[in-house]
Amino acid sequence: MLEIKDLHAGVDGTEIVKGISLSVNKGEVHAIMGPNGSGKSTLAKILSGHPAYEATSGEIIFDGKNLLEMDAEERSLAGVFMGFQYPVEVPGVNNAEFLRMAHNARRVKAGEEEVDPLDFDELLSEKMKMLGMEKKYKERNLNDGFSGGEKKKNEILQMAILEPKLSLLDETDSGLDIDALRIVSEGVNKLRSENNALILITHYQRLLDYIKPDFVHVLSQGKIVKSGDKALAIELESQGYDWVTTAD
Amino acid sequence: MSDEQNSVSDLLEDNQYKYGFTTDVESETFAKGLNEDVVRAISKKKNEPEFMLNFRLKAFAKWKTMKEPAWPNVHYPSIDFQNISYYSAPKKKKVLESLDEVDPEVMRTFEKLGIPLDEQKKLANVAVDAVFDSVSVATTHKKKLMEQGIIFCPISEALQDYPELVEEYLGTVVPVGDNYYAALNSAVFTDGSFVYIPPDTISPMEISTYFRINTEETGQFERTLIICAENSYVSYLEGCTAPQFDTNQLHAAVVELVTMDNAEIKYSTVQNWYAGDKETGKGGIYNFVTKRGKCAGDNSKISWTQVETGSAITWKYPSCILQGDNSSGEFYSVALTNGHMQADTGTKMIHIGKNTRSSIISKGISADHSSNSYRGQVRIGKNATNARNYSQCDSMLVGDKSSAHTFPYIETANSSVQVEHEAATSKISEDQLFYFESRGVSRENAIEAVISGFCKDVFKQLPMEFAVEAQKLLTLKLEDSVG
Ligand SMILES: Nc1ncnc2c1ncn2[C@@H]1O[C@H](COP(=O)(O)OP(=O)(O)OP(=O)(O)O)[C@@H](O)[C@H]1O
Ligand SMILES: [Mg+2]
Repeated sequence: MLEIKDLHAGVDGTEIVKGISLSVNKGEVHAIMGPNGSGKSTLAKILSGHPAYEATSGEIIFDGKNLLEMDAEERSLAGVFMGFQYPVEVPGVNNAEFLRMAHNARRVKAGEEEVDPLDFDELLSEKMKMLGMEKKYKERNLNDGFSGGEKKKNEILQMAILEPKLSLLDETDSGLDIDALRIVSEGVNKLRSENNALILITHYQRLLDYIKPDFVHVLSQGKIVKSGDKALAIELESQGYDWVTTAD
Repeated sequence: MSDEQNSVSDLLEDNQYKYGFTTDVESETFAKGLNEDVVRAISKKKNEPEFMLNFRLKAFAKWKTMKEPAWPNVHYPSIDFQNISYYSAPKKKKVLESLDEVDPEVMRTFEKLGIPLDEQKKLANVAVDAVFDSVSVATTHKKKLMEQGIIFCPISEALQDYPELVEEYLGTVVPVGDNYYAALNSAVFTDGSFVYIPPDTISPMEISTYFRINTEETGQFERTLIICAENSYVSYLEGCTAPQFDTNQLHAAVVELVTMDNAEIKYSTVQNWYAGDKETGKGGIYNFVTKRGKCAGDNSKISWTQVETGSAITWKYPSCILQGDNSSGEFYSVALTNGHMQADTGTKMIHIGKNTRSSIISKGISADHSSNSYRGQVRIGKNATNARNYSQCDSMLVGDKSSAHTFPYIETANSSVQVEHEAATSKISEDQLFYFESRGVSRENAIEAVISGFCKDVFKQLPMEFAVEAQKLLTLKLEDSVG
């Protein structure tokens, strides 16, 4: 589904991602771990098409399409979803209305009719229930004044509404309390299928207890320095990053 | 209003100023320049009653002693008032009996603007008066309104048919010497709309005027007078466009509103005059307008709603004099500036009667190199016991080269009053737009969502279709500016 080949990328002329190759198939869960500042979020932003970040060489193929030639909107419509580490606040724009816009953009792309606010409310209520979110978040403005954990839940709510093929969740676990982590993880698991794939960026093993990864990669200084299975995450948890990042 | 019926408009499919065309009609234009003879000539041309000529001459004498105001937060080279023509009319040989007799070129212009004047579209429930350069060319729905005693016609016609009504009210809200541009308007105005709603009458339709400046180097000085008698109601819409010229054109209108006991006037404007070249700032309309309403009667109400998206310079403060007890005034404004536009706009609420209320909601959006100022005055007189005012003035900055300013002035001479003022500044950022895009929502829809959220309190005051159009207009103007 996703094929990243020797990707180099950065911002303002500074190279941050320095030759990453990664291949993700349908139904798989990949975890990306690594020290602060190693380039995890940068990789995620490149994948989602943030205009400030630029790929200087390499390739990203998604479902046979060259992702680097598509803008953020097209990538989203093609089925790529990014759960942001720091979701932005948009005062004045109602949360439910925003979700409906996003949902309808998908439907229009698929040649389907837009849904009206009433019908959408049904879908929204169902998804919010699954994530243990109170109704009041429908009335609130998009992320405006949301707590850290509420913002993360709202990201997963968007994922639940959009049902993407490939989701990248950038530290969705940080900020969530213990119960919320469980509920959100269960929600993400329910959204998993043979046809979609998940990339989890995380610092903590505990998320991976809920959402079991098939592969774990360690990113350091813009490169994947080690890949393994779930056991690697457990090892990292007890030993830290030194032994992988200073291997050479 | 139906779709074709509109207005501000569905013609706006790209970012160019769509109304930038001129129309080739034979027009009769006075030589440039201004002196007492020109004032007399205008009056004569229009075959005006004597009181009108005297009104003009008095205004002209005043104007000569006055200076252009320097206090607004706008900058422009001084205007050469001798280099403007004060009268331009599509040439016509006789009084027109029906729309069929209007110059087809003029009709086509209004079609291009999306303003339907022809008979078939008359079914739609809006009465339209169209002012082309200085002269009113057509008023629709006149007969239907007349059945209820509502007078809606060009003011030049009102001066012929109802001179006593015009004489009674003209200049009572905005005196001839009120300010520099109002004095100029009072001396040289050539047309505009006149509305009279008799007692106990709810206007059965929206009443609407479209203004268009067509000839280069003519000024447009319209004069609007709306009188709403006891227990009556009218909603009035005003739309404005102009062609693109390299030279700046002057637009100095005066609008006067009067409400009697229990009467209400709702006045809505969507202003999209040509704003000048976006890169260089060249050309564009200087929009120096005096709009004022007087709540003369008890329990009466005047509500101004404006969406200002055009003009090189806007200088405009729709105001309310709250004279009747329990009367109320409202001002809802969205002012967008982009390119090199400058706007200094706001309102004045003058509380004279007891228990008078006013509320002010102002939303300024500034993009590119533009400057956007809110200037508002709330003055509460000593007899205005229990008067209340609420003001909220929010600014939104787009990009980092634009500026927003707020100048609130509050004066109270009565201790029982309550005055509240809130202000906030926000920004529309590239990260916000990226967030929408990363959810598959187009940039255009994202801007529209953010802007309409910001302007919600004002848009909901507009008639539905006007609100939709106004929103589209703002979005189109901002698309290139965010970043
Ligand atoms: N817009 C930017 N301008 C300048 N430097 C940037 C920018 N974005 C990222 N960087 C730098 O690139 C490096 C990688 O940042 P990135 O956010 O990808 O790290 P990360 O692996 O996600 O870290 P964390 O675990 O702390 O979230 C950091 O040194 C960061 O400061
Ligand atoms: Mg990060």
